[in-house]
Amino acid sequence: MISASDLRLTFGKGTPLENPALRGMSLTVNQGEFVTVIGSNGAGKSTFLNALAGEVLVDSGEIIVDNTDVTKLPTHKRANRVARVFQDPLAGTCEGLSIEENLALAIKRGQRRGLTTAVKKQYMEKFRESLSSLKLGLENRLGDKMGLLSGGQRQAVSLLMASLTPSSILLLDEHTAALDPKTAAFVLELTQKIIEEQKLTALMVTHSMKQALEVGSRTVMLHQGQVVFDIAGQEREGLEVKDLLGLFEKQRGLSVDDDSLLLG
Amino acid sequence: MLSEIAFYGAVETGLIYGLVAFGIYISFRVLDFPDLTVDGSFPLGAAVAAILIINGWNPWIATGAAVLAGMAAGAVTAILNVKLNILNLLASILTMIALYSVNLRVMGRPNVALLTEDTVLTPWYDLGLAYHQVPVVLFILVVIVAFILLWRFMKSETGLAMRATGANARMARAQGIATGGMIILGVALSNGLVGLAGALFAQSQGAADVTMGVGVIVIGLASLIGGEAVITPSSVVRALLACVFGAIIYRLAIAFALNADVLGLQAQDLNLITAVLVTLAIVLPGVRTSVMGKLSRKKA
Repeated sequence: MISASDLRLTFGKGTPLENPALRGMSLTVNQGEFVTVIGSNGAGKSTFLNALAGEVLVDSGEIIVDNTDVTKLPTHKRANRVARVFQDPLAGTCEGLSIEENLALAIKRGQRRGLTTAVKKQYMEKFRESLSSLKLGLENRLGDKMGLLSGGQRQAVSLLMASLTPSSILLLDEHTAALDPKTAAFVLELTQKIIEEQKLTALMVTHSMKQALEVGSRTVMLHQGQVVFDIAGQEREGLEVKDLLGLFEKQRGLSVDDDSLLLG
Repeated sequence: MLSEIAFYGAVETGLIYGLVAFGIYISFRVLDFPDLTVDGSFPLGAAVAAILIINGWNPWIATGAAVLAGMAAGAVTAILNVKLNILNLLASILTMIALYSVNLRVMGRPNVALLTEDTVLTPWYDLGLAYHQVPVVLFILVVIVAFILLWRFMKSETGLAMRATGANARMARAQGIATGGMIILGVALSNGLVGLAGALFAQSQGAADVTMGVGVIVIGLASLIGGEAVITPSSVVRALLACVFGAIIYRLAIAFALNADVLGLQAQDLNLITAVLVTLAIVLPGVRTSVMGKLSRKKA
């Protein structure tokens, strides 16, 4: 379980560029939930994810992961609990390292690293098995450099790396946004499969309202650094993009002027 | 042409600079940390080893102390960068400048002669080798040991974490790697190797001098880049081989240029030759690819 309460964060405090990114953001994600997060540009989606991951530290508020207060912990000390896939397919892996070396890095996520060989023989079967589930033929290319793979392949491997060891929450930051439509569909399908099979708790930021309603079990919308609505279960069944927009306007008395949300 | 003594001398210095190139490989290539501390940690290693040797310490222990001193210097640079957020290049320049004073303090004077002292080389002269071959044999062994240790380290869990830190710090953090700690460890390791090189250089040359560090970074980089031009560093082993061969080739090229009377070069032209060689090493691989590209286009 992960619980964020009253998170506040202002970038560039005291400067003309002062930007309050989080203004009292609260959200609790229960074990096994798959939450999709939407919101227009500047709503605080990425900042929220970065705050959960530890890449930015909040000014105030509290983040609890599995009964542990991680509010003040840097990224690497949260990594045993928080797994992450980035938007940029190049960001989640090291292109200069081989596929097996990338996987070996991930299999020790959040654990002590010693002086024994990183790519151990006993990992190989697990690596091959999980790579073959991607059906990309990568199980025969373990020694290949990551840089030789396409963006979609690298994103698929990033996803695999994030799910190689158990985590309390998996953060997906628009991880299909930089891919072509066909590859994006493949990666999304893979995401659903992995989350379902391993019963992961996940938080997925997306730019597409349609996608937000189609995947996962719960949808939250952020606006100006706060949760404006949060729907799950029956209420969410059969909901369409236009209903979502109506809901948003009703909640805030505003109209959505961000075209990308409508077009997505 | 090159005399036999000049040839062995060049290989001997090349092997020492191979160790420097190992260090520069860790900082510049693995960590992507442009570290100029080496201009200070090379003479620091020399100074520490020399002063301990003239005070009657075992030369191997003195050399070990030089490694530790180099590591400490590297750690200072990295801590200035990681903990105090000083730009990496600037942090290393600050340490380098500070080390000039430290080195004078360590020796108590600008230079220390070792000609009459027992060094790590002394016992090897009894093995029946020619005088100018002894340092080459010993340094080959030292380089092989350093090579194997470094190679194993880079393949270890910690070494892999260090490589990830330099290649993609955000990803490394997300995998639970303390990137700041990795930078401190890596830069310390790098300067430890340079300290070792300084200690061996002082013992083979018979003196430690406070100015002997000037330009070490350029020579080390020249070795690294030159080696990479000859041996493409597509794996850790190849990258380390490139360091050693680059350093030896570089020293041989210098020796050849200075010895070839037809060229009319003299000792004072050393830095000019260095600059020309580094330029060639940087430009030539590009030329090779474009020529290959043209050739393959013609075929198609």
